[in-house]
Amino acid sequence: MSELTFFGYRRENNRVGIRNHVVILPLDDLSNAACEAVANNIKGTLALPHHYGRLQFGEDLELHFRTLIGTGANPNVAAVVVIGIEPGWTARVVDGIAKTGKPVQGFAIEQHGDIETIASASRVAKDFLQAASEARREECPISDLWVSHKCGESDTTSGMGANPTVGNFIDKTDAIGVTNCFGETSEITGAEHLCRERAINKEVGDKWFATWEAYMNEVIEPNKTSDLSESQPTKGNIEGGLTTIEEKAMGNLQKIGKNARYIDVLAPAETPNKGAGLYYMDTSSAAAECVTLQAAGGFAVHIFPTGQGNIIGNPIEPVIKVTANPRTVRTMGEHVDLDVSGLLRREMNLDQAGDALIDMVIRTCNGRLTAAEALGHREFVMTKLYRSA
Amino acid sequence: MSSSPPDFLVHDEKDAVGVVVVENIEAGQRLSGWIMDADKTIDVTVNHAIPLGHKFALRAISNGDSVLKYGENIGHAVADIATGDHVHVHNLKTSKW
Repeated sequence: MSELTFFGYRRENNRVGIRNHVVILPLDDLSNAACEAVANNIKGTLALPHHYGRLQFGEDLELHFRTLIGTGANPNVAAVVVIGIEPGWTARVVDGIAKTGKPVQGFAIEQHGDIETIASASRVAKDFLQAASEARREECPISDLWVSHKCGESDTTSGMGANPTVGNFIDKTDAIGVTNCFGETSEITGAEHLCRERAINKEVGDKWFATWEAYMNEVIEPNKTSDLSESQPTKGNIEGGLTTIEEKAMGNLQKIGKNARYIDVLAPAETPNKGAGLYYMDTSSAAAECVTLQAAGGFAVHIFPTGQGNIIGNPIEPVIKVTANPRTVRTMGEHVDLDVSGLLRREMNLDQAGDALIDMVIRTCNGRLTAAEALGHREFVMTKLYRSA
Repeated sequence: MSSSPPDFLVHDEKDAVGVVVVENIEAGQRLSGWIMDADKTIDVTVNHAIPLGHKFALRAISNGDSVLKYGENIGHAVADIATGDHVHVHNLKTSKW
């Protein structure tokens, strides 16, 4: 098992990516149009429009920078053009990405206008794209792989089949040096006592519990107007048979398997720095927000177990869908990368399902497009902590 | 592995509810289930049509009782529930928020 390899792109900082994007990254909402124009000019580059970046402050602004820098720094990205309305904050993102050693250049629109900026940025984007097109995949040990996990549109089949399959994957790959990450802070509610116990030691467990408690006290409690019916669990969860947050949390936690212990608790979009192992990241349980933060943390491939059929993708981090729900396989099979519904029919066991997932992950790392990539799902959603100034 | 696929699954022998894993279960049907952690099989007759993924009671549950699934507390009953009854948002509530 430890001899498993995959073919990836080794970057300047020795991290390994599985895709080779040239990203046109807007600093702020105002710069989306210019970025999309550059991506239209230079075929094969990827614009990442988003809604924020103006008049943010404090922790919310730090998260904005960390998310943009982390996205550009992700090893699935070969090079980055950053466009912002003014040069100061644009340079901050450029400088952050440049620490990886990859090609990055910034452009500011003020005193140039969109058209001149688009022309200048397009010339650089073309050079970046042609250079990136010469990068070659090389064989890399499985320990070079960083994998994030988050489930969505869960139902009871998630807790019985798809999530335990991911748990089997994490148990097996944690043991051979893969870096894995899970999150979804509000969604652990009801299983917080169990999650706390899965830390490597008491200090890390206490850090996790403080993170969970802060989310409850600062986000959920002051803002809730009801028992969160139809939000957590969602309408789709309830349709699929999940009744309470405790039941959903127990199903969610099946994702981390039986043996692996998380070794640190990351802030949203924070990059792990304690070596290989399982990490927890403090995220929302909304799919696109969570995966965007995990991609910004540096994870190269995402495993997404679903019950009722969440269709999410991410522009830079391929999202692999796993389901055990036979109706979802039948009615929306084009979104499913791995069908483990055989678990519910006792046609396969968890060990076999976990091995099938490892195989699908390696094929995806080697270049196989996920269902979400083929269908054009590129949900890039920044997490915003509070209103701007 | 069993010869015929189960109609419902149970995570833990302590659980009060089972989950239907096939489609088109009608009221009055006798279902065969698999208790995963104990690797045992049980039969229960359901009182309602139970959609794929939905729960029913494996034993009588009194109003106010905690309900176990995964061997853990997933909320409390807000009505008396008979063996074979559909268990969902109408008779089971979170104890968290």
